[in-house]
Amino acid sequence: MQLGRVLAAALIICGMGLAGPVFAESTVRIAWYSDGNEGEVLLDLLKRFEAKNADIKVVVDQMPYKAIGETLPVQIASGQGPDIARVTDLGGLARYTLDLRPYLKDPAYWEKNFGPFLAWMRPEGDTQSIPGLMTQLTVTGPYVNKTLFEQAGIAMPGPQATWDDWAKATKTVADKVGAPFPIAIDRSGHRVFGMVISQGGKVFDDKGEPAVTDAGFKATAQRLYDWHKGGMMGKELWGSVSGATYRAANDEFKNGQVVLYLSGSWQIAQFDKTIGNAFDWIAVPNPCGPGGCTGMPGGSGLIAIKTAKDPKAVGRVMDYLADEDVLREFYSRTLFVPGHLGLSAKGVDYPTASPLAKEALGIFSKGVGSVAPLAFRLQGYPYNRLVFNAVISRIGQAVSGETSLEEAYKRIDADVAQQIAERKK
Amino acid sequence: MSVTSALALRRGRGRLHWTDLASYAYLLFGVVLMFGPVLWLTLSSFKTQAALLEFPPSLLPTSQREISVPGFDKPLPQFNVTMDDGSTRVLAQARRIGLQAQMIDPAEPTRIIRVALDKRIPLRETAFAWSNYTEPLKQFDFMRYLGNSVFVTVVATLITLLINSMAAYALSIYEFPGRNATMLGIIGTLMIPITIILVPVYLVVTWLGLVNNLWAVILPGAATPTGVFLLRQYMLTLPRDLIEAARMDKASEWQIYARIVLPLSLPALAVLAIFSVMWRWNEFLWPLAVLSKSESYTLQIGLNAFQGELQTQWNYLLAMTVITLLPITVVFMFLQRFIVAGIANTGVK
Amino acid sequence: MTVDMQRAATARPMAGFDIWGVVVRVSDGPMRALQRVLGERRMPYVFLLPNLVFFTLFVFVPLGLNFWYSLTGGAALFPSQRPNVGLQQYGFLFDCGSMLDASSCREDHFWRGVHNTLFFVVIQVSLMVLFSLVTALVLNRPIRGRGFFRAVYFFPVLLSPVVVALIWKWILQRDGVLNAAITTLGGQKIIFFVDPGWAMFWAIFVSIWAHMGFYTLILLAGLQAIPRDLYEAAAMDGTRPMRVLLRITLPLLWPNMIVVIVLALIRGVQTFDEVFVLTGGGPGTATLMVVQYIYETAFANQAQNFGLAAAASVVLGVVLFVLTLIQLGFSRRRAGA
Repeated sequence: MQLGRVLAAALIICGMGLAGPVFAESTVRIAWYSDGNEGEVLLDLLKRFEAKNADIKVVVDQMPYKAIGETLPVQIASGQGPDIARVTDLGGLARYTLDLRPYLKDPAYWEKNFGPFLAWMRPEGDTQSIPGLMTQLTVTGPYVNKTLFEQAGIAMPGPQATWDDWAKATKTVADKVGAPFPIAIDRSGHRVFGMVISQGGKVFDDKGEPAVTDAGFKATAQRLYDWHKGGMMGKELWGSVSGATYRAANDEFKNGQVVLYLSGSWQIAQFDKTIGNAFDWIAVPNPCGPGGCTGMPGGSGLIAIKTAKDPKAVGRVMDYLADEDVLREFYSRTLFVPGHLGLSAKGVDYPTASPLAKEALGIFSKGVGSVAPLAFRLQGYPYNRLVFNAVISRIGQAVSGETSLEEAYKRIDADVAQQIAERKK
Repeated sequence: MSVTSALALRRGRGRLHWTDLASYAYLLFGVVLMFGPVLWLTLSSFKTQAALLEFPPSLLPTSQREISVPGFDKPLPQFNVTMDDGSTRVLAQARRIGLQAQMIDPAEPTRIIRVALDKRIPLRETAFAWSNYTEPLKQFDFMRYLGNSVFVTVVATLITLLINSMAAYALSIYEFPGRNATMLGIIGTLMIPITIILVPVYLVVTWLGLVNNLWAVILPGAATPTGVFLLRQYMLTLPRDLIEAARMDKASEWQIYARIVLPLSLPALAVLAIFSVMWRWNEFLWPLAVLSKSESYTLQIGLNAFQGELQTQWNYLLAMTVITLLPITVVFMFLQRFIVAGIANTGVK
Repeated sequence: MTVDMQRAATARPMAGFDIWGVVVRVSDGPMRALQRVLGERRMPYVFLLPNLVFFTLFVFVPLGLNFWYSLTGGAALFPSQRPNVGLQQYGFLFDCGSMLDASSCREDHFWRGVHNTLFFVVIQVSLMVLFSLVTALVLNRPIRGRGFFRAVYFFPVLLSPVVVALIWKWILQRDGVLNAAITTLGGQKIIFFVDPGWAMFWAIFVSIWAHMGFYTLILLAGLQAIPRDLYEAAAMDGTRPMRVLLRITLPLLWPNMIVVIVLALIRGVQTFDEVFVLTGGGPGTATLMVVQYIYETAFANQAQNFGLAAAASVVLGVVLFVLTLIQLGFSRRRAGA
């Protein structure tokens, strides 16, 4: 009788033990933001994942980008963050990432296809871990309103042209057709550094610390200042907000008011949808200078967070999202430039893209190849945001007449040094 | 009659005085100034994304007329074209290449007429882009966010009314040691915007284990100094004899509060209720910081999910903004007379 | 006791009140017991308790934490993980050649914020109170549709600051409605947000637009409480209108004015969302307010300089607290306590 009971209890316990994993559901939360249709596409792809993996439930928390930039770091730091997050501040959040290496099916595949970008996501001093994948690779570069050039009857500068060539050409065009903005650049330090490196700026000193205001930088800053003074750049784009506030010139470009717009590859999907073929918008290679003809790389990454409760499940979700076929579909539906080396080499089809968009995508994808190593290094530098913020804030002040350029240079160096010192305490 | 006499409330003697006209003019100007921008918001919310980005803006929501032409799978946009001989025709555009457009007369779909870009004007018609309202509702869990917002607003308002009136009661009816210090302490904190203490409040909420819970949104703002201030001012005007009489009738303090003071303070409570509803409904920054799971999002956060890093979908944002305005407008229309009565009595003394 | 109050006290309770009646009856037992234990003298503390608990947890403790943060450095979130740096953050804040010249300071944006906020608050509150007063006086006249006009003026108060700023941003942009109107009248387009003067002007204008209605209602209520016989007596005496205004209306309205000024000052100093969405603090730092500085120092891309932000907010808090005390002091003296 006793034995029977014990046996029954043991059987029940074993049964529960066996039944356990089958019924236990793991929830993986992803914090996500969207510029266009990425959210929809992601949900669609994840639905298929859930169908094949009944024991994992994936919840996507779509939030405004503001939350990603400002409050997500606080939430993660306090242990209340998601399991996976789409973020742009890779360096700043690197110390919270989870190393997926032990949970992936084939780490070598990840290294082969995401190799150089993994460095951006790794914490300082770490050379081994695999924290995530790139949801897209972006490259900065100029868009040109070709129709305006045609209407003015001016020839466009060729692929090896310098910024001064473009400045002259666009000003002539703008005057002829009455466009208010010959040149427009996103109000972002990130865009500016493409120009700086092309002008020979070295950004770092021999010890690897930032030495921002060198000759190449000053050449760029002086140009930007003169262009604002001379009417080649409209003051209201850079000079109308303060600090490191981001301002894009999408709306002005879409309305045919800008001749040359320095932005990046992420705009293609939106331009395709809203400009359509109202005018010919094309991408051109980055203008050249003594340091090369480079843009700045970037993009948002999908990183795994250290505090994830079920790292194995996270690993499976990430493996699925990194799969070549899944990524190919993702990129082709969102019109993103691939952040996957294999797909980048093979090329991705963009069936929903118009001919203009396809051409632009082609030029940007080629542009990835001509990005300078220094640009990659800067993008991966963990404190790069501090540098970008300081640069845009102080040059913005100079451009709106509040300070002189010399003052701005001093302040930039001081800001960067002070803030890095604070972070390192 | 001088301006000062106009303002000094002399009654017009039955006729329409110029001061009356001036007053009406001033008030009508006020109506245009106050309502105009909101009307503009509502009209703009019906425009398509492309139409919104047009400069200069058009007053009414318009979109370009399109027509289906046999032989083309998408409908073609229509334009008013000035022909070489000066006449104007309505043509559909098949394709645009460079500075020339290939236009077609729908009656003769095979003949292509080349027209220079500057000779054509888009043909517009008033069209309301209702999809601005329906699309986002399909994309996210509107009803759930709405439910969360309603829950937060209602519960928070009830709690606020209760504890603030209790505190105001204590501070107005009684004299006790520490009363002035408490008043000072409470009013002193009136000036502290939550943005300043965002991080410490977040820490407190984490210690209480409330993160991602709607209560984390409800509780921190429940004890509003403004509420205590307003209610106390009002309660100071209540006659003491009622209360003394009740005490002589052996009423407990709690009963005096609940059965006498509270009902008499209804106008002030209504004012506080309206403000609480307004603050809670519009609250954005704090819920954003403390709620990271999408099931607990309030409406404001959900709506703002349309702001990515690099672009904002204006048309959806506008439409959803109009939607958030509606409930509060309705509440306002119902409780409007209380506001005035309540404010009338809180202001005095 | 006014007639209205009497009526309210004896009026039939609304349906909702019966529920309240039940609640009261149920809770009365324990509350009476409590009163017996504590005595009538101590009951106020009981009433005060819930509010104080919330205040302590969510206002005083965070303020204390804030102060603790201001004595620390580094970039960690939890105060226990942050190194103590004493008064260094305050040292940074006050490291100035001259406090009147923001660009001579180490934290130049903070001092710009202070100057801008001071300017904004003084001008905005004065103008808003003035316009509210005028509007209330106009509304107090025997006009038809007063209820409608009151509602209209109050409506913008309901809008969230972000909505308010968005609406006006469109109207004021380079090719917005206002410029369209200007050009049809034959003028040149004005790019408002590039000019520091215009940017501050519109920041103040929009702020007044959004909040005026509330204060108008308070003042209107005060005006309507002034007994008519006073005016009639003055009319019979042949008193000039200006004297009526200055000697009768304004003095009787003074308590309401105090409320309006205090609340307006408080809101003015806290201004952040509206101005930030409207002008972003620009051009340059022309409309950068102190709260924006604090927020950006703590939360802007990667800055997370919680210590410095906390120090700035402590300074701000102290200044505001002193201002409040001064305000209250004035009102007590005037109204005869």
